[in-house]
Amino acid sequence: MKWGVVIFPGSCDDRDALYCLETVLGQQATALWHKDRDLHGVDAILLPGGFSYGDYLRCGALARFSPIMQSVCEFAHAGGPVIGICNGFQILCEAGLLPGALVRNRSLSFICDWVRIKVETSRTPFTAACRVGEILRLPIKHGTGCYVADAETLSTLENNGQIVFRYVNAAGEASETANPNGSLHNIAGVTNARGNVVGLMPHPEHAVESLLGGEDGRKLFRLPFTWL
Amino acid sequence: MLARVYVTPKKAILDPQGKAIAHSLHALDYPEVIEVRMGKYLEVRLTGLSRAQAERRVEEMCRRLLANPIIEDFRFELVEE
Repeated sequence: MKWGVVIFPGSCDDRDALYCLETVLGQQATALWHKDRDLHGVDAILLPGGFSYGDYLRCGALARFSPIMQSVCEFAHAGGPVIGICNGFQILCEAGLLPGALVRNRSLSFICDWVRIKVETSRTPFTAACRVGEILRLPIKHGTGCYVADAETLSTLENNGQIVFRYVNAAGEASETANPNGSLHNIAGVTNARGNVVGLMPHPEHAVESLLGGEDGRKLFRLPFTWL
Repeated sequence: MLARVYVTPKKAILDPQGKAIAHSLHALDYPEVIEVRMGKYLEVRLTGLSRAQAERRVEEMCRRLLANPIIEDFRFELVEE
């Protein structure tokens, strides 16, 4: 199992992602440079958090046109597993690999906090190790994390089981107070129709050691061999 | 030629920045303000295109990059310089 972690100018969680995959989880991982097109034979791709291209124009809008993203799109269209975390999620939406968009938090504040999210489906490579209904505690750190989509898209997502994670309270309810940023339907992460591309705002790669507050993030990086 | 491009959040999309600005205008005693929507204004300078070509090219630029059609509307005007 070999991961590729894409580095854009302005990415800042790429090192944490590589550390999480290699040092903590003992998997193979390699950095992929935004100007390259070669994916170096990786089995799965991670688009990390950060502020690619300074968040100019819109978050993720410019990263989408970098040479590596053409290869990432081809990889995704061929069914390869791709996960986008935070800025990576924004890039996947801008690239049209995931439905919807991320806009400024309802509060207008940058939020740095721990949240609870509920796993809504295990039919993606990244949630295959999770139980449906399982609650994960993960950190968030974003200013543009409010998930929006039109009504038709939202009902398609709901009906197809494409909502992967929802912000919930300790009781597992997707309540208004558990929603940190105003995301519609408390959505914290979604997948495409095929289920191989997943984006989420919370940071599983920052929650892999108890010393740093929790290990719940580890589960999302245990991909089943059937996807490879 | 100059293209003046206006990008605004779609009506259906919550615009927390516009809302916060409207609140501040109320605080400054402008009760007549009923809504503020905040968007972007871009000036795109063009060369070597006829007006008809520019119309088509700028429209395409807006759809492909300058605006995200999921959350934003756009309009533009072309000005001879």
